[in-house]
Amino acid sequence: MLHSRKLILAHFWLAFIAFGAALLLGAWQMFVRSPLSGWISNPEWYYRSLTAHGTVMGYVFPTLVAMGFGYAITESSLKQNLIGRRWAWAGFLLILMGSVVAMVPVSMGLASVLYTFYPPMIGNPLYYIGVVLVVVGSWIWVGLMSINLRIWKKAHPGEAVPLAMFANVAGSYLWAWTAVGAALELLLQIIPVSLGLKSTIDAGLARVFFSWTLHAIVYFWLMPTYIAYYTIVPRAIGGRLYSDTMGRISFILFLVVAMPIGIHHAFADPQVGAGFKFIHSAFTALVALPTLLTVFTICASVEIAARLRGGRGPFGWVTALPWKNPIMLAVAFSFVMLGFGGAGGLINMSYQLDTTIHNTQWITGHFHLIFGGAIVIMYFAIAYDLWPHLTGRSLGSEWLMRTQLWLWFIGMIITTFPWHYVGILGMPRRMAFFDYTSPALQPEALSVAISAFGGFILVISGFLFLAILYRGQFGERNEPGSYSFAQALHMPQKVPAALNGYALWVALMIGLTVTNYGYPILQLALRNDTSVPAVYVGVQ
Amino acid sequence: MEEETELASSNKSWVVSAVGITLVLFAVSALLGFIIFPAAEGRESESLWASICRAAGLPVSSTVNTEGIQGTKVAIANAVPSIPPGESIGRGATLAQQCAICHGPTGVSRADAPNLAGQYPTVTYKQLRDFKDHVRVSAVMSPFAEHLTEENIQDLAAYYASLQRIELKTAKPGVAAPTIVVSGAPLRGIAPCGSCHGAIENKLGSPWLEGQSVVYLRNQLEAFAQGSRRNDVNEQMRNVARAMTQEEIEAAAQYYASKPHPPEI
Ligand code: HEC
Ligand code: HEC
Ligand SMILES: [Cu+2]
Repeated sequence: MLHSRKLILAHFWLAFIAFGAALLLGAWQMFVRSPLSGWISNPEWYYRSLTAHGTVMGYVFPTLVAMGFGYAITESSLKQNLIGRRWAWAGFLLILMGSVVAMVPVSMGLASVLYTFYPPMIGNPLYYIGVVLVVVGSWIWVGLMSINLRIWKKAHPGEAVPLAMFANVAGSYLWAWTAVGAALELLLQIIPVSLGLKSTIDAGLARVFFSWTLHAIVYFWLMPTYIAYYTIVPRAIGGRLYSDTMGRISFILFLVVAMPIGIHHAFADPQVGAGFKFIHSAFTALVALPTLLTVFTICASVEIAARLRGGRGPFGWVTALPWKNPIMLAVAFSFVMLGFGGAGGLINMSYQLDTTIHNTQWITGHFHLIFGGAIVIMYFAIAYDLWPHLTGRSLGSEWLMRTQLWLWFIGMIITTFPWHYVGILGMPRRMAFFDYTSPALQPEALSVAISAFGGFILVISGFLFLAILYRGQFGERNEPGSYSFAQALHMPQKVPAALNGYALWVALMIGLTVTNYGYPILQLALRNDTSVPAVYVGVQ
Repeated sequence: MEEETELASSNKSWVVSAVGITLVLFAVSALLGFIIFPAAEGRESESLWASICRAAGLPVSSTVNTEGIQGTKVAIANAVPSIPPGESIGRGATLAQQCAICHGPTGVSRADAPNLAGQYPTVTYKQLRDFKDHVRVSAVMSPFAEHLTEENIQDLAAYYASLQRIELKTAKPGVAAPTIVVSGAPLRGIAPCGSCHGAIENKLGSPWLEGQSVVYLRNQLEAFAQGSRRNDVNEQMRNVARAMTQEEIEAAAQYYASKPHPPEI
């Protein structure tokens, strides 16, 4: 039973409205740097838009979805009212405030530094302070998740934590720790320079700090999606989860290895030694493991559903699946995009292969396919699944939802495949302008134009999504019953205590942070000749 | 009808195996990354220890001779106060009398020396400091910066910033902006000039250029391109000028010299 419906709805609505606005900016960016549009003559507008797009899509949107979903999971899987609802509202308000505070200087052109900050570029301090407020708001959520679980455990000694909640809290701990990197960068390095207290900055160290956040933040975005795979999909399509234990193992593996691998984002940086790059590359290979486990488990769970519906044969069962069910469709699309995106990721994570595509459009294609594609399409599924329980009304036509999901899938493929391709041709990322009349760029023109069309399709899909949710607020009244999660095929008789708590895994995560990041950070922090003058943007 | 699941009590084997596996993985990757691969790269005359240090990213002292290519000593972010102290402008005006023969009594030059009226105070400050520190060198200008004190330089910067950017006689309105100014040359990594020098955005430390003489502009661009002027922070301007063609330098100089009105601060 969901009690904090208003709270959860507020999180989702703010998330999706911000998403809609940022989506428009994204499509505009695709358009202006494609051959379809003339040169806007002012790159600053492009970077301004890009900063807003990245900040909203990277920090505000997924954080709010994870939080709202986390509150829903707490109440429905633990069957207890959310403890600390006031604090939860405070967290929400901090995020709302932080977003506004950050976006004002961005829209005035005072902080066009992109969401990854890129020191020595330095923008208006309010931008960074806004981002810090967003992170602080989300840390309140982390605290609440932990407290709610602890109280439940006290009341249920010797019982296993439901998988959905176990995964949710693992995700929150991962976020708490991974946000520390960017927080250190902002508080110790960037904000003092931005306030004018210092005028030089160790950009290399800042990049190392940011890499601490940058890989695992993607896994934080991914958590709601994986939770949905394990605990919503099997139930929604009338099947059972193939293995509860496999789910637990995947989530604790994410907790341990998602974070101490971020230096694969700095393979081309001179300030980190090759030995550490190799270690990070090797540990990045490990992070494929929980994803492979998940793909296996979910395919098996889906097969169970198909066979329950009379599916036959080694592959014939696929046709017996409830393809008209939006959740089924979403998970299938999500897996296809995860497959392609994951395959591309193998190139990025490999120290040597990365050099061929480093800082090209390939990378932009890659993370849009994974995040915008595989992850976000499941955010849609989560919203569709939860909405009737939040509004107490039916959500209306499944046909519209299917259209929306199809459009998102097609749009994302059309956007990102040409993007990968021009990346291989060597087209750099983060550029406001390409002169396609130059013979060197002509071969890229067609692909970029196609890619922009993909962006337009995404806008249509995104707004259709908002329209469906909006209509859902006024649909027919309909009591949907209590919200539940998928049951495992065989509940394990005994859950190992290690898979019911986090101490061991958090300790390993921190331990690996020390071994994999300790030396590179200390070396840069202790030297006094590694700073460069700040480059202030948007000021004179 | 949920099945209740119990918890196993002992954790020990999990702890041992999880920690064990992690340690082994770390040891193996460290062995490969720090010892085997760096050694296999086979730099002759490199000791094992030196190759480990190299893999760890320990910088070795550079053999490149950096003498004489030091950059500016000015930190531009807080080089000048946002509001200069009251007497500063007056003191600056007195000092500026020695500059007037070249830079003009109103900060607008009748020779080919740069105009200073209305220049951003950070710019004037930085350039004077650079002359004084011998980071920017000019046979004509350098001697006049030599004896200036820190306070003198602050006062001069405040004074010139306070002067009106008056209408220039050299202005030839109607010269079309060349591509290099409007769009830069992205393929060669040149941003539009206006993204630092105003019109699009003012980046701290970038002077405004409108109305400077063609000769001065051309000379500076060439000096940056050849490396005889090297006081720009992080080589921002040298990277631009080096990639410009002779025609582009000429076109940019003509264009900026022809612009009638320097934009107001
Ligand atoms: C004999 C002529 C002469 C005198 C006197 C002179 N300058 Fe200059 N100044 C120049 C010339 C020529 C340049 C350009 C130098 C170059 O080509 O690099 C210059 C450059 C400058 C610049 C750099 C402007 C820019 O936009 O980069 C500043 C600032 C400056 N002078 C300030 C002063 C001040 C203040 C004084 C008086 C204390 C002064 N100058 C006296 C000739 C003179
Ligand atoms: C990345 C920012 C940037 C861009 C782009 C840029 N400049 Fe500059 N430019 C600077 C800075 C900063 C300085 C001052 C350097 C210093 O500190 O002495 C400068 C100095 C100059 C000067 C010398 C002015 C003086 O009075 O000392 C000229 C001339 C100039 N730039 C022309 C151009 C032209 C023409 C373009 C476009 C083709 C251009 N710049 C593009 C940043 C830029
Ligand atoms: Cu990564």
